[in-house]
Amino acid sequence: MRLEASDLACIRGGREVFSRLGFAVAGGEALVVTGRNGAGKSSLLRMIAGLVQVAAGKLALTGGNYELPLAEQAHYLGHQDALKPSLSVQENLDFWVRYLGTSAGTPDALTTVGLHRVAGLPAGYLSAGQRRRLSIARLIAVKRPIWLLDEPTSALDSAAQQRLADLMRSHLAGGGMIVAAAHGAIGLETARELSLGAAA
Amino acid sequence: MTALSALFVRDLKLAVRVGGGAGIGVLFFLIVIVLTPFAIGPDLVLLARIGPAILWLGALLASLLTLERLLTADAEDGSLDLILMSGTPLELAVAAKAMAHWLTTGLPLAIATPLFALFMNLDPQASLAIALTLLVGTPALTFIGLLGAALSVTLRRGGLLLTVLVLPLTVPVLIFGVAASNAAMAGPMSFGTPFTILCAMTLVSFVVGTFAAAAALRHGIE
Repeated sequence: MRLEASDLACIRGGREVFSRLGFAVAGGEALVVTGRNGAGKSSLLRMIAGLVQVAAGKLALTGGNYELPLAEQAHYLGHQDALKPSLSVQENLDFWVRYLGTSAGTPDALTTVGLHRVAGLPAGYLSAGQRRRLSIARLIAVKRPIWLLDEPTSALDSAAQQRLADLMRSHLAGGGMIVAAAHGAIGLETARELSLGAAA
Repeated sequence: MTALSALFVRDLKLAVRVGGGAGIGVLFFLIVIVLTPFAIGPDLVLLARIGPAILWLGALLASLLTLERLLTADAEDGSLDLILMSGTPLELAVAAKAMAHWLTTGLPLAIATPLFALFMNLDPQASLAIALTLLVGTPALTFIGLLGAALSVTLRRGGLLLTVLVLPLTVPVLIFGVAASNAAMAGPMSFGTPFTILCAMTLVSFVVGTFAAAAALRHGIE
């Protein structure tokens, strides 16, 4: 499985965010996208997720499931948590598992992210880090080969960052791929770096 | 199918829980109806004559009030991104959301109408007829509003734009809804004629509203 981009350009609000961008990620590899604020890290992730139009260039996945478009093989963890404050932690996760689920992943995802004790609590009472962990639970509860993570470590404490790194490593070991936007280290030693400021 | 029923059930749950706003529409409807006799004065004949129109206007404004919740909440918390990414057809997803929205905001208006009609000095038969027209008419308001909600999400503007966009489109529904109600009370037209046209408009709005809203959301992917 291989995700390839060549001559990629992104235009948002009439302004060119980046152009002539090329990269390739294979299964089992991680790519960390870095760059200054406004360099287009989030736009690139949203473009791979199909939420921003490809203005020019090519973006293609080879070797994946041919029947599904790229967006349906990818998990997108954005800045927003996609959680409803009035639903409980368990209900929030169950909804996304039922909505996104085609192939089941880990059944006890809440235990893995350490939220099983607050499963019955409305998500509105969670702290920022706990909300983040609940979003991460979605990634492992539904199995998808591509993870698009926008600042995945934000709001996480060091123990939770460590646990996320472990999850990412096991995802890579299972042949999955990760494209992450980050300012600091995300805890993956093997990750390659794509610097957007320099490319533009 | 699992995905759609999950979305439908989630939206029902969200609406009836604290802060969900399911009761707000009915409350607003009640306030409009209660205020009218104070504004008009205690002229019982006049109240009964304008009753159907006021009930329909109240229901129209009440359903507009809650329309903004239909898509903006999902757009703000990022749920809409995931809904757009999923393999479930967007048309069906927005239709499921609109159905859940109507069940929690439109249907209560129709159910409350026979009671609220007492304020307007309407006899039971007339109030049941108005409730029936609202029962088939409010889905049209919701599905027309769905288009407005989708547009205001894509344009990233707030609820006022939605009101301005949606209100003109609801004029035909209002005309035939009130016409059917009046026909049931006084005649001379038969109740069936405007009522059937109202039903037809609701059916058309199911199709047009759903597809247009999905198209607007897809276009919003810039």
